[in-house]
Formats: sequence, C-alpha cells, structure tokens
Amino acid sequence: MAFADTLRGLGRAGLFSVSVFRATRPTADFWQELVREIYKIGARSLPIIAVGGAFVGLSVTLLGYRSLQTYGAGGQISFLIGLGMYRELAPVLTALLFVGRAGSSIAAELGLMRATDQITALGLMGIDPVGKAVAPRFWAAVLTVPLLTAFFCSLAITASWFQAVQVLGIDNGSFWQVMKDAVDFRDDFLPAFLKSAVFGGTAALVASYVGFHAEPTIEGTSVATTRAVVNASLLVLMFNFILSAFLFR
Amino acid sequence: MSDSSAAVRLSGVRLDRGARTILRDIDLVVPRGSVTAVLGPSGCGKSTLLSALTGELVQAAGEVEVLGRPVPRRRQDLLELRKSIGVLLQGNGLLTDLTAAENVALPLRTHTKLPAAVLRRLVEMKLHAVGLRAAADAYPRELSGGMARRVALARALALDPPLMIYDEPLTGLDPIASGVIMSLISRLNDTLGLTSIIVTHHVHETLPVADRVVVIANGGIVFTGTPDQLEGTEDPLVRQFLKGEPDGPIRFDAEPRVEAA
Repeated sequence: MAFADTLRGLGRAGLFSVSVFRATRPTADFWQELVREIYKIGARSLPIIAVGGAFVGLSVTLLGYRSLQTYGAGGQISFLIGLGMYRELAPVLTALLFVGRAGSSIAAELGLMRATDQITALGLMGIDPVGKAVAPRFWAAVLTVPLLTAFFCSLAITASWFQAVQVLGIDNGSFWQVMKDAVDFRDDFLPAFLKSAVFGGTAALVASYVGFHAEPTIEGTSVATTRAVVNASLLVLMFNFILSAFLFR
Repeated sequence: MSDSSAAVRLSGVRLDRGARTILRDIDLVVPRGSVTAVLGPSGCGKSTLLSALTGELVQAAGEVEVLGRPVPRRRQDLLELRKSIGVLLQGNGLLTDLTAAENVALPLRTHTKLPAAVLRRLVEMKLHAVGLRAAADAYPRELSGGMARRVALARALALDPPLMIYDEPLTGLDPIASGVIMSLISRLNDTLGLTSIIVTHHVHETLPVADRVVVIANGGIVFTGTPDQLEGTEDPLVRQFLKGEPDGPIRFDAEPRVEAA
C-alpha cells in the first residue's frame, strides 16, 4: 500500500514536471516574471553563497594541506581545491544552500498562494497557474544556480589562496600553476555548470510541487516548506552521485 | 424557457466530493440578464455548486451548461470558457506581489494583445467603475477588506464577461462596505447587461438586488422563485433559514455523511 502510494506520488510529480515544460510560453509576461524571480531567488542568495564559499575554501584548504603535508605534497593543495570544488563541492554545496534559502521560499510562496485563493483565482481567470506561478521560478533556478556555483567557486578559491599563500606560506606562482594544470575547462568546468543547472531545476521542481499541492492552511504551508528542503536536498545528493558517475569516468 | 435564454442550465445534477454526495437532483435555470441569489446555510453546498459552474468540479451525474454549451472537461477548453465567466472569490484571490492596477491588468495582458496605452486606459476605467481609481498603485496588503473586494470585482470584470459569479461577496465586510458591494453588483449587472449569480448566506442584503432566489439545504434545492415569493412562503424549512431559527428541518449539527451512489 505504501509502495503504491509512493509510486502514485512519483507519477504525479512526474506529470507536474512535464506540465511545467508544457506551460512555458515565451510571452512578455513570462520574461518579466523570470527577471523578477532571478532577482528574488538568485541575487538575494548571493550573500549566503559568498559566506558559504569562503568558509568551505578555508576549511578544505586547512584540512587538505595537513593531509598532503604528511606525504610532503603540501604544495599540491590547489590541485585538491580546484578539482574538488569544480567537480563536487561547489555544485553540491551551492545547490544545498540554494535549497535552504530559495527552495523553502518557493514552497512557502506557492503554499500561501494556494491558501489565499491566488492559485484558484488564476485558474478561474483562464490563466494557467503552472505557467504563471511555477514556470518562471523553475527557469530562474535553472539559470541562476550555475551562476551561483561560479560565484561560490570564486569565493572558495580566493579564500583558499589566502589560506595557502598568505597563511601557510605556499608559493603564489606554484599555487596558480598547479590549479591551472589540474582543472580542465571541458572535463571539469563545464560539467560543474551542467550539474548545477540540473540541481537548480530539481530543487525548484520539488519545492514548486510540494508548495503548489500544499494543504490550504498555515500548517499545510509549514509542512510543504519542510518537505521541500528535505526532499530537494536528498535528491540533489542522489543526482550528484549519478551525474558524477557518468560525467567523471 | 428556451435554452438560448438561459445563461446557466443544470439538469439532474449530482455533485460529489470524494465519496460524499453534496448535492443531488439539481435542476436549475438562470435566465440571461438576471440577478440570481443562491442562498443557504453554511456548508449546504453553495460553493460546490459554484465549482460545478466553473468546471473545477465535474458532476457525478446530469448535465451542466454554461452560456449555451456543456462545461468542457479538456483543460484548454475549460480555460477558454473561463474567459467568459467572471468570478469574485470569497478570499478575493488578489496576487499579493502585484498592485491593484496590475491585478486588474493581468487577465487583459494574458488574453489580449492590446497596446499598453489602451490597456492602461481600460484598467483605469475598470477601477473607476468600482470607485477605486485613486488606489491603482496600492498593493493588496494596503487595502481595506471592502477595497480589496472591489479591486477583485474590477479584475473579474476586466474581460467584460457575460456571466458573473459572486462567491460570498459580503463575508468579512462591515454594513457600509456590504451596501457598496451590493449596489455595485446591481448597477454593473444593469449597465453592462450581465447575468449574475450571487452565492451567499446574507439573505437580507441580497434579496433587494435579486430577481430570482434559489435556496439550497439538506443536499438539494428547496425553493426557487422571486424574492417576494420567498418572503411569502410557508415552507418550514425556508422559514427557518430566513428567520435564523436554531431548531427546525435544517440540521444545525454536523450532518451524517451520505455515501455516493
């Protein structure tokens, strides 16, 4: 019974995802909403992405340097930072921060729209609520999360440079040369952006689905917000493994 | 009455919510150009009836026709039909991140290709019709309950729909705001040649503007007629509702659930 319910839920979520693509129409209204959403969920996430990136860069550098130094390879720290950030840490951690910051807000907004009859009103005006309220949020996330990942990487690498060169005394030229040799544009940089776009879309779809179908009560909105963060975070981690297995063979 | 003169026609309709039958054997004709009040106690199924007219709820049995054609089940056809129906919701349903003017402009921007200047002028006219031209740039959170209801009314009228449905238009309003809303509904119906259906339990505010009255109770229609006929009826069920008596044929306690056939 529980299995059948899970299967039914997955089917509904799948159909909802298809309806988001079908409801996307490049109208003037859509572009206007898209810009607004990019600002709301993208630009407003910048501070936490910046702080998160900087501290991850600092702590991974510290931990990595101590481990590598055991084998006399402390100078290779930027190899670890470059590959680690682009391939795994930056896309995943950016997506998780995005889920906490923007995914919860998407679920709460749509839940409140449901509770205050806004979604019903759209349908009654002959306006597809998925096209109006969900599609711009989804595409904003797909476009925004790769850019946030790039920002995360920049801050993490800058913080790592500070820790490695200024504090631990690694040679500046060697730091950048090792990183340049380690990171390949096609094999590391582009897959990071592809993963980020998938994670952004996944986070937005999960948050939109649970918010859009929330019980029209305060408790329903609260449950939807929690569910959005938990489910989207787990899916991001799961998709990260699958994508890494295919992209970095 | 011929079908062409009916804006809404329901015959032998049964409406279920899940396994529960809410309304059964509903036969109703709403003539074009009339103001029809659908009255009944809370929870009697008035809003369920409204859901059937807008296609949100598919009838379990019978036929529902709106503006001369059956309510379609295909999503796109349904969205098309809804352009011809203006609905004022109990909770207004105003989009909170849009101003009053942007809310009114929303259906026009979506369904028409009018130039921006014409669109702006139309929005001004709609807001002027409900006496709120000065509140065009206000957000819903900055409006009183009565003002928000009038903005929602202007939005419902934006596409000049021939049929207007009002779901509990007076809920949460003070007597003055209620009077303003009822007078607007009556005036707009006459001047724009609309057909109006007012779903409400506010009997005394609604009867003066209604041409016809339908009373719903105990899972079906228990009265159809003019307001004068309603005032003169001796039906104990209708009398109980009109006088607001706690004891009588209408059960005040939660009704036992009736399973769908």
